[in-house]
Amino acid sequence: MRPLDLDYMLGLVPVLLKYVPLTLAMASVAMVCALALASLMAIVRVTRVPLLDGFTQVFISFFRGTPLLVQLFLFYYGLPQVFSFLTAINGVTAAVMGLTLHFAAYMAESIRAAIIGVDRSQWEASLSVGMTTPQMMRRIILPQAARVAAPTLVNYFVDIIKSTSLAFTLGVTELMGAAQKEAAGSFLYFEAFILVAVIYWIIVEALTVVQRQLELRLGKAHAR
Amino acid sequence: MISVRGLTKRFGANTVLDGIDLEIGAGERVAIIGPSGTGKSTLLRSLNFLEKPDEGQITVGDVSVDAKTATAAEQRGLRRRTSFVFQNYALFANKTARDNIAEGLITVRGWERAKAHARADEILSTIGLANRGDSYPAALSGGQQQRVGIGRAMAADAELMLIDEPTSALDPEWVDEVLQLLKRVADARQTMLIVTHEMQFARDISDRVLFMDGGRIVEQGPPEVMFSRPKDPRTAAFLRKVL
Ligand SMILES: Nc1ncnc2c1ncn2[C@@H]1O[C@H](COP(=O)(O)OP(=O)(O)OP(=O)(O)O)[C@@H](O)[C@H]1O
Ligand SMILES: [Mg+2]
Repeated sequence: MRPLDLDYMLGLVPVLLKYVPLTLAMASVAMVCALALASLMAIVRVTRVPLLDGFTQVFISFFRGTPLLVQLFLFYYGLPQVFSFLTAINGVTAAVMGLTLHFAAYMAESIRAAIIGVDRSQWEASLSVGMTTPQMMRRIILPQAARVAAPTLVNYFVDIIKSTSLAFTLGVTELMGAAQKEAAGSFLYFEAFILVAVIYWIIVEALTVVQRQLELRLGKAHAR
Repeated sequence: MISVRGLTKRFGANTVLDGIDLEIGAGERVAIIGPSGTGKSTLLRSLNFLEKPDEGQITVGDVSVDAKTATAAEQRGLRRRTSFVFQNYALFANKTARDNIAEGLITVRGWERAKAHARADEILSTIGLANRGDSYPAALSGGQQQRVGIGRAMAADAELMLIDEPTSALDPEWVDEVLQLLKRVADARQTMLIVTHEMQFARDISDRVLFMDGGRIVEQGPPEVMFSRPKDPRTAAFLRKVL
């Protein structure tokens, strides 16, 4: 066993940390877009909007049934060959789009289950005061479903953060891509990759703290 | 003025409402009594389309809706002119007592938040919960929750208040406070249609009692007559059992 090159690792920390903002930005944009899309798809499924419901089912089935890596390659390398207006698409955009669609499919199912779990009486009370379906969803049903779905959705955010590392296969120099480049120059693969692993780990642990806060806040309505 | 013509509702082969005709005058308080499973709840729920009736015509004030052709907008129009008090309260679990009362004013009638909250606070005083406006339903007793449910219905200023067994989900200790509040609502001549198993209460507050059986109104009349000299043997048999 050779000793770890600690000096090299220490020097690498600031280099890699520079890429954390990009990773977080990609993950955050994908999360926000995926949440919005997933909520829409969940509502379409629950309220059985004709046509859209069928389309949504196929969409969800496809994006859950195929590997994320395949989807990313399809977006970045495949689609531009078929649709010429996509040739301008860069790696970051393709990765964010891929992550959005992939995780929206998973999140839609969680949100749908949470919506169905909201007691029937909440729907009836909303309708009885004369609300429209969108008003009922936005003001009564979704907030209650959010409380149930929140822990699962945060877990998907964790998955998204980790999955941004796949963007390096599309030629994006993000956290993982940077570590890969550094390692290829120094041949100190273990040092570079253990460091990048620890950085992901710390980000995710920090998020779990936020998750606990969020759950406390959302649980307020049910506290005595 | 409320009028119902030929209201019919089937669940599969089971005809639960069999051509109900009913007129209710402004300020009239009508109680519905009858055995379990005869369609009392279904009648109330069909009147505001929580259950979609198969046939019939419903008129509440200036909206008239035909069951067969009812549009979503017409259904909402009907719901705006009626209010509903649920057996299990059905308060919005994610809203405080104040917001439960203010919600319809804000979303459905487009009131400013501040105005709706001021109105909600007035109602909270009326229902004796002035100091519980910030409480969520889970923190309230059953009786308090049902009083908020009644407060929510009062806020709607509806032409007809539909009330389905308001005390039957309550622990006995909370029944009185809810009945007393409903008595005050009735005394203010709120037009209401109330299903209840509390016969004394029905006698006290109603102008008219309907006896339902098998999806039909079998007999109706003023409470003095209905409770002491019912004409139909089915009414008499039912009253013997419950009185
Ligand atoms: N959603 C439904 N699907 C199928 N059948 C139903 C449904 N709702 C009610 N019913 C049936 O319709 C009939 C009337 O029910 P309803 O709840 O209106 O009776 P009720 O007079 O209110 O009885 P109770 O005094 O027990 O509340 C019953 O036979 C019931 O089983
Ligand atoms: Mg009933």
